[in-house]
Amino acid sequence: MTVTPKRLRAPEDLTVLRQSLVDRTDDRKPRIAVCGDTGCAVCGSLGLASSFKEIIERRGLKDRVGLKVTGCLGFCEQGPVVLVFPGEIFYRKVGPGDVEEIIDRTVLGGELVERLLYRDPITGQKLPRCSDLPFYKNQTRVLLEGNWRIDPNDIYDYIARGGYSAVAKALYEMTPEDVISEVKEARLRGRGGAGFPTGLKWEICRKTKGDTKYVVCNADEGDPGAFMDRSLLEGNPHSVLEGMIIAGIGIGARHGVIYVRAEYPTAVVKIRNAIEQASELGLLGENILGSDFSFDVTISKGAGAFVCGEETALLLSAEGKVGEPRQKPPFPAEKGYKGKPTVINNVETFANVPLIIKNGAAEYRRVGTEKSGGTKIFCLVGKVNNTGLVEVPLGITLREIIFGIGGGIKNGKRFKAVQTGGPSGGCLPEQMLDLKVDFEELSRAGSIMGSGGMIVMDEDTCVVDIARYFLQFLKSESCGKCFSCREGINRMLEIVEGIAAGEGSPEDLDLLEELACAVKDASMCGLGQTSANPVLSTLRYFRDEYLAHVELKKCPAAVCRALIRFQIDENLCTGCGICRKECPAEAIEGERRKPHTIDPNRCMKCGVCMEVCKFGAITKS
Amino acid sequence: MLQDDAEGGGGVALKDLDDILSESIRRNGESLVAVLQDIQEHYNYLPERALRSLSRKTGVPLIDIYRVATFYNSFSLVPRGKHQIVVCAGTTCHVRGASKVTEEISRVLGIGPGQVSADGNFSLDTVNCLGCCAFAPVMVVDGEYHGNLTPAKTRKILTSLKAKWLLPAGEADERGLVDDGDAEETEGA
Ligand SMILES: Cc1cc2nc3c(=O)[nH]c(=O)nc-3n(C[C@H](O)[C@H](O)[C@H](O)COP(=O)(O)O)c2cc1C
Ligand code: FES
Repeated sequence: MTVTPKRLRAPEDLTVLRQSLVDRTDDRKPRIAVCGDTGCAVCGSLGLASSFKEIIERRGLKDRVGLKVTGCLGFCEQGPVVLVFPGEIFYRKVGPGDVEEIIDRTVLGGELVERLLYRDPITGQKLPRCSDLPFYKNQTRVLLEGNWRIDPNDIYDYIARGGYSAVAKALYEMTPEDVISEVKEARLRGRGGAGFPTGLKWEICRKTKGDTKYVVCNADEGDPGAFMDRSLLEGNPHSVLEGMIIAGIGIGARHGVIYVRAEYPTAVVKIRNAIEQASELGLLGENILGSDFSFDVTISKGAGAFVCGEETALLLSAEGKVGEPRQKPPFPAEKGYKGKPTVINNVETFANVPLIIKNGAAEYRRVGTEKSGGTKIFCLVGKVNNTGLVEVPLGITLREIIFGIGGGIKNGKRFKAVQTGGPSGGCLPEQMLDLKVDFEELSRAGSIMGSGGMIVMDEDTCVVDIARYFLQFLKSESCGKCFSCREGINRMLEIVEGIAAGEGSPEDLDLLEELACAVKDASMCGLGQTSANPVLSTLRYFRDEYLAHVELKKCPAAVCRALIRFQIDENLCTGCGICRKECPAEAIEGERRKPHTIDPNRCMKCGVCMEVCKFGAITKS
Repeated sequence: MLQDDAEGGGGVALKDLDDILSESIRRNGESLVAVLQDIQEHYNYLPERALRSLSRKTGVPLIDIYRVATFYNSFSLVPRGKHQIVVCAGTTCHVRGASKVTEEISRVLGIGPGQVSADGNFSLDTVNCLGCCAFAPVMVVDGEYHGNLTPAKTRKILTSLKAKWLLPAGEADERGLVDDGDAEETEGA
């Protein structure tokens, strides 16, 4: 850090500081951004970042070449990803061996390193700039823009780009009521899943009487297949803190709590560091920017329970108790953390707030639909070509996301379904691809928007298996407080397991439907109320596939083990023996260089043989 | 060392227990979850003796402490392995074949999800999502992430790691990465 922290005592101090930092934002100086998100770290980006650092230092290039380890750059599929500025040159699958060349040829020499460029799979053309890539071109990156440019460990980087000016504005140019009406005007709706209007929630809390109020950030992100909140916390933690401070100003709270799930250790480190830096500068703590408003933020770590993402459960868990949901009303806005009026919002909801205050509601609403302003970040994952973090305007179609941005289905397979909303959501089939993505449309179609997981499934995915998977998940995550959820999910699971095992009957489908509706109607919290969605949506759109299981005793996608068989094609088998060696059940026999066979009685259908066979001689049906 | 701790839970001497509890209670106030996290961080599980002592110190009935300890997935009442393998069972990982990876891990290590090997050397757990779905299926071995797994790739990673773990201390470094042949031999040990 080149600047010594000095407490900011007035909004002018922030302006002066920002101006003094302006040379840091000089985009003409060549810069390298290496993705340091947990995702790219899986494929070795941290070692890559240290190579860049080491080489830049060794060659004395520190003054000429900037280096940033940033948050998620979005296109995870191509990781480790490196961007070179100016020009937003996109390099993919970069290894430590490429470092010197990137520095010499691109950063210093202004040339491209051909082999690291992204190649368009359709045209075969090499595309050097992010703005050329269909993956980025078709997005509207407002929140994620910060992830490209900001070093999440450095508050000055955030301030240099206008960070915390929304807090200054909210404190000195607006009343708390103005803040709330701006957020209402922006039509910001909660990004945690239910889409409740954020401004309205704040207003209710502001109007509730009480000396002590709280702002709580829901960073539990329990939906498997979703990592937007983690990426925001790791990539731009100050934007979330700034949103929380503004909420505090709006409702008149002086304490904030961030509840982060246990599985996100890096996010905790980044947020803790951000809180420390903001406190040093007086952007958190007593008399923020010299005003009479004070606000602090503490971290509460989750301990691994999906139901704790539900707000009433989360608030209890944040107090360190058992996180079981309770009946609403009273809503948290009236009776929340430690029994006090509390605003609880999702990470991404908070990250939107500084934009609204800084640029105004009208500007913010230019993107989005009539009822919901702004963008939404989705995690596009599963069997899609371009997996990664995508940000799109609300109201875009599923097809534009999956095919326009996601580049269609992996390995030329057929699209089967997209799952949105996690365990509370549903599977939508091909005929729903032109559905506009917003809160109302998705629930009408039998799914939900959820927090932003979007899992694409191809013809090799079995919907019965997916329904079974989610029921299993919900069974182990149901807190067991209400009977309908605890027992209902169990019974639904039994039925679906029976179907997957080839023991189901057509009547089971009706029973399943009836049971699902009962669980939906009779459960107290969102977990139980939505637990039927995976079952009901698959029954609604893929009844044929269920029928194949119960009537023909066949699994069309060849997934359900009881209904499939592995076979060796004797014309293709060379008798190399690798399958025999690898088979854990010792079910494969055969002489060397002669076609092998699988003993169906011993075969446990693990599929290892199919994976190791180099000749494609093993099939399942 | 782990074995000593593991026996019985109730009777073992837990070094520093008093200090850890006092310090944690001071910092975390009434948050039982946070105190239990501190205990687990220190001992790698929640020893019975620590929970009893916590109950005495805070006046919170032991049954309430157990209620919290058993509600959350991340707490363990038995010692976790010296080496911890966590495999993702999230939706994306599931769709991309996580169950086969998990089975393969079980075969290599001889333990199922939630279990610890008899010698206390390793344990296997599943989680709902590690947030690296782009690289599904994913596992984490002692904090290190491995992505885009197939059963064969998983076996390769684990057999070589396992062989290294089972070597007497010091020797692992000298020998460097153990190749698959060696790994096969050690497996029976
Ligand atoms: C079972 C269940 C799990 C939930 N998990 C999350 C979660 O992981 N993250 C989140 O932000 N909201 C989650 N929610 C929604 C919260 O209850 C709440 O609506 C949200 O935190 C409000 O913030 P928002 O208005 O900004 O969306 C969950 C709800 C239910 C019923
Ligand atoms: S589903 Fe496995 S990492 Fe997300």
